[in-house]
Amino acid sequence: MAVSMLSAAERRRPWILLAPTLAALVLLMLVPIGIMLVYTFYKFQTAGVETADLNLGNWHEFFSDPYYHGFLWKTARIATITALLCAVMGYPPAYFIAMTRFRHKWLLLLLLIVPFWISFTIRTFSWVHILGEKGVINASLMGLGLISEPIPMLYTEGSVIMGMIHFLLPYMILNVYVSLEGIDRNLISAARSLGCTNWQAFKEVTLPLSLPGLGAGLLLSFVLAAGSYVTPQILGGRRDSLFGNLIFDTIMKELNWPMGTTLSVVLLFLLGIVSVIYSRYMGLSTITKGLSR
Amino acid sequence: MNDTGRGWGLIKLVTFLVYLFMFAPIIVVLILSFNASQFGGFPMTGFSLHWYGELMQNESVVRAFRTSLWIGAVTAIVCTAVGTMAALALVRYDFPGKHWVNALIVGPVLVPETVLGVGLLLANRAIGLKANFGLLLLGHILLSLPYVVLVVQARLIGVKRVYEEAALSLGANRWQTFREITMPLILPAMLAGLLLAFTISFDNVSASVFWRPPGVETMPTEILGMLKVSISPEINALGALMIAITVGLPLLGGALARLRIRRQSVES
Repeated sequence: MAVSMLSAAERRRPWILLAPTLAALVLLMLVPIGIMLVYTFYKFQTAGVETADLNLGNWHEFFSDPYYHGFLWKTARIATITALLCAVMGYPPAYFIAMTRFRHKWLLLLLLIVPFWISFTIRTFSWVHILGEKGVINASLMGLGLISEPIPMLYTEGSVIMGMIHFLLPYMILNVYVSLEGIDRNLISAARSLGCTNWQAFKEVTLPLSLPGLGAGLLLSFVLAAGSYVTPQILGGRRDSLFGNLIFDTIMKELNWPMGTTLSVVLLFLLGIVSVIYSRYMGLSTITKGLSR
Repeated sequence: MNDTGRGWGLIKLVTFLVYLFMFAPIIVVLILSFNASQFGGFPMTGFSLHWYGELMQNESVVRAFRTSLWIGAVTAIVCTAVGTMAALALVRYDFPGKHWVNALIVGPVLVPETVLGVGLLLANRAIGLKANFGLLLLGHILLSLPYVVLVVQARLIGVKRVYEEAALSLGANRWQTFREITMPLILPAMLAGLLLAFTISFDNVSASVFWRPPGVETMPTEILGMLKVSISPEINALGALMIAITVGLPLLGGALARLRIRRQSVES
């Protein structure tokens, strides 16, 4: 179908098909974000009440109060650690699944999808049974008589990171797997026949070619970790609150909408920058490819 | 690295350990759900179905389950219909601004759920409403829609245009072509999208906490509320039951589909 030959009706057709989707995205995502932007300039009076005299008070408070910066740094740090650990833990299984001649490889892939079917809340609280005072680790150590008091592992920064890795790993492995699977095997054989050792062939050929998948995995893990607040709520102590918890408390407990929206816009902006930088280098298609698996 | 050598052995070991990491906690929940003890953790004091029985008597759990079920069903149906239309437009047509539409559709995946939650609740408040079922439903549709579009799109790219063109040139109209040719070919992807949308809705907690009307719980927010009190054995039973449903159903569906295909290929 040549573009110039299209009738007006034909040209309108894709937009008719897209209309409900676009309406949903505009009305339920873009317009609300716009309203949020306006609200950041509103003035907070008392819980649940704000007035529309536009001012920079919330932004001033955000930029000058170290309380908020502390949350921001802690969130960035924990999300970075989580994403990096996911990469380290996720790469070998992805490599194994891509390269193995194991006949039941489909089973390994299926097992990567299964966690997506299991409720996130259940997967998260299951860690209480591993790390808690009556959890597997403490119960077995005490049963063996190695310790007399349970080791406090739950409700720490470590347990929050553990829980986040647990729900992010499938994303990471799938993303890396997709890009490893796409590598032309002849390239690796060529490198080998030209005298590369296994390790050199991996380092010079396989690893660089899998970087888009690894990058997509890192980005997704970072963004999802930095935005989460339920994991710290279930597995973290009082001091392990992240930026998302701050937003939740500001809006749902203090009912301070102007400050809450300011914090939301900050989170959206910072994570948006991460995504934009990433898509400059890799293209968003890598993520969509990984997601649609 | 091929299937031999020490490096490969190490990779194998790490793979095993990572899978163990992913599934051990879940298996522990399944085991503990049969614990007779009145505490939620170890040690096991005996095998019992007692806590499953308690669960069925728990009215708020049953109510939350029903709420999640119908919201998930409506979300899945709406998203599959709307998302398939969008996927058709994106794969079968060229139009100005397609690049932007594609980027916009991934939006809800990349925007943190907290921000989506706050934004939609605020918009709802700005037009003078309180949190309501409509809000929860629309929110879930927003969260699930991108996934349906992506899944159907991926499949549609693999369906050759010639079949549709043949139907059109034989005098079928657009709708007939879709119904008779395109839809049967992309049906697996549409079903996958349907299931995915249901799962996302059924599972969502981060945004639902903002959107649910006062006094209404979905399954995950109900669990979150129960967790605030303590890890009771009832939660383990609930967790195990949900795992059995959400993992068992798709597996069963997949197995049945495979069986049918096999039987058809034997018959023909």
